[in-house]
Amino acid sequence: MSSSDNAICVENLSKRYIISHQRAAGDGLRHVLQDKALAPWRRLQAKLKGRKEKTSTSENPSTLDSSLSTSSAPTEEFWALKDVSFEVKRGEVLGIIGRNGAGKSTLLKILSRITEPTKGRITIEGRVASLLEVGTGFHPELTGRENIFLNGAILGMTRQEIKSKFDEIVAFAEVERFLDTPVKRYSSGMYVRLAFAVSAHLQTDILIVDEVLAVGDAQFQKKCMGKMESVSRQEGRTVLFVSHNMGAAQTLCQRGVLLRNGNVIADSTSEDAVRIYLHSLEVGSSRNLLDIEDRHGKGEVRLTRVDILSGRGEPVEALMTGEPARFVFHVTKIRPRMSINFLLHAPSGAPILFFDSKVASYKDVCNPNLGNSFVCEIAELPLLRGRYRMYANLYIAGEWQDGVDAAAMVEVEEGYFDRRPACSTPWGVFTTHHSWTLPYEAAGG
Amino acid sequence: MSRLVIEAGRAERHYWRDLWRYRELFYFLAWRDILVRYKQTVIGVTWSLLRPFLTMIVFTVIFGKLAKMPSSGVPYPILVFTALLPWQFFSNSFSESGNSLVANSNLISKIYFPRLIIPSGSVVVGFIDFLISAVFLMALMIWYHFMPDWRVLTLPFFTLVSLAAALGAGFLIAALTVKYRDFRFIVPFIAQFGLYVSPVGFSSTIVPDKWRLLYSLNPMVGVIDGFRWALLRGQAELYLPGFFLSLVIVTALLVFGIWYFRKTERTFADVI
Repeated sequence: MSSSDNAICVENLSKRYIISHQRAAGDGLRHVLQDKALAPWRRLQAKLKGRKEKTSTSENPSTLDSSLSTSSAPTEEFWALKDVSFEVKRGEVLGIIGRNGAGKSTLLKILSRITEPTKGRITIEGRVASLLEVGTGFHPELTGRENIFLNGAILGMTRQEIKSKFDEIVAFAEVERFLDTPVKRYSSGMYVRLAFAVSAHLQTDILIVDEVLAVGDAQFQKKCMGKMESVSRQEGRTVLFVSHNMGAAQTLCQRGVLLRNGNVIADSTSEDAVRIYLHSLEVGSSRNLLDIEDRHGKGEVRLTRVDILSGRGEPVEALMTGEPARFVFHVTKIRPRMSINFLLHAPSGAPILFFDSKVASYKDVCNPNLGNSFVCEIAELPLLRGRYRMYANLYIAGEWQDGVDAAAMVEVEEGYFDRRPACSTPWGVFTTHHSWTLPYEAAGG
Repeated sequence: MSRLVIEAGRAERHYWRDLWRYRELFYFLAWRDILVRYKQTVIGVTWSLLRPFLTMIVFTVIFGKLAKMPSSGVPYPILVFTALLPWQFFSNSFSESGNSLVANSNLISKIYFPRLIIPSGSVVVGFIDFLISAVFLMALMIWYHFMPDWRVLTLPFFTLVSLAAALGAGFLIAALTVKYRDFRFIVPFIAQFGLYVSPVGFSSTIVPDKWRLLYSLNPMVGVIDGFRWALLRGQAELYLPGFFLSLVIVTALLVFGIWYFRKTERTFADVI
């Protein structure tokens, strides 16, 4: 089990949260005082009730407990992680993937010691640092120079170490000219670059990277990726990469651990893990949506099916760029003031397009013969080739009723947009109406 | 290579060792708070002098000139300022620590370190202001040709007592504010109220003898009396039973503050 070339060893890790269903106002002082003040009265009430029950029906004592607990805040157990075990070899880049709520953040929190596990243990050989969310350790009023020292200290570096790495950090972040400007005046790009630079130049054996690469421009992302690769390849440091970005996870990581509902579903090569992850999302789109248990909202109404139709109303395997597209959302029932919205995620995982029936337009029509469904029509689909994941939500009078991730996978094929070929590029997922003014005759036109 | 084991209850056992280990971070956070304190203000650090200075003038006029309170031969501004020195330190540290954890919530929810560092850092900032004010007091004493005697050597002890009071109250209020934001509203009130309840604008000798012990339940009474005794050539005599009572209360406050902080600390990241 414990060999010396393991950097991280996670054994039977479990984390339990107690969720208390508090009253709306939450954790205010008033509630605590109220609770404390009313406690003797409730106890007395329960006792009287219990005695009455004992004399009349001699019921078992558990009813007494339940009557007590319903009068105060009821609680519920929730296992964010269940028996999670895996190992990370020294110098390995491991990706941890999974949906929201799969337990990724809890695992990270335990690894960075913000919360303690309920059961199990983690053994870490060497120093750990986490690449924090943008500017966590930054103070907006301080200058870039000051923030480098502060952030370094927060990440566990000594003054000496920071000094020796200072020039490298500044060069990497490309902020030489702004070193003595307060970071609140920085552009968000500069902010991210500086934050990444400090953490990436830390002399730690293990680096935890959490979703930070989603920000910053493409060029810088590339640079970060390069840095992360060199960190693991040349310097032999271990990297733990937690992400929604499947593309990045696949290119960066050798191994992938897939989490779902707090369990390890797959521990394999990163390609395998990503494939299993994507597959698990797609299964949802081919069957009745009511079978999906992983959903949100109050549940008074539910989404049952999403049909993807061409402009002529025929079911299609794939839509085409520039062509009409029609989405039909079937629901269990129709209620007044009900609305539907959906979000499309790009293949990289980034949310890109959002449609909401609540936001009205003169073009919207009402059709009483529609039955239990909503229809959204797009005259010219602006999406380029790729697979887009749909997240659909139902609302009644602004109250969230249903939320289904991967309610459908929208496949888009290459086509013509506004009579211009719409090719997919690695630099974007959209196209729109546009025209050029050229200084010469268009070739081949 | 260092080895780190994470399991239930482990951080608890190594707490005080960790506190020492993270001292560098403590310096840096305190340094940050000091740097940031007067950024983007026009008169900068002068603020830390101006506030007690103006309070001193107002109190001298109201209590000394209008109400004609006794000062046993000490120039009234000096009488007021010797009390303002520990009181400002206490109330600044107290107010700053109250908000400190919430203000640093992004750090708390992302990184591990013994949380005691954060309110302690706020107290350090208050202490810097205290030192600046102390220099001002020296200038004031030179101006009035009022020199302290050998008793001034006991001042470090009383400073320690006020430090203990500030830390104890700071820890307690910081931990409470994490869970109950109500304390955000209570803190300024206490700070304002305390200025009049404590013997800042007047000498505590005006309190009738039979009430003095009761009055000393306010820990700042002992601290302020101590400062006056040490700085004013014993002109304000030290009421010993009251002072010891204050000392006991300060100790209790510190112990209770640390205990409560430690007890709730584990859940900070979840409730903040």
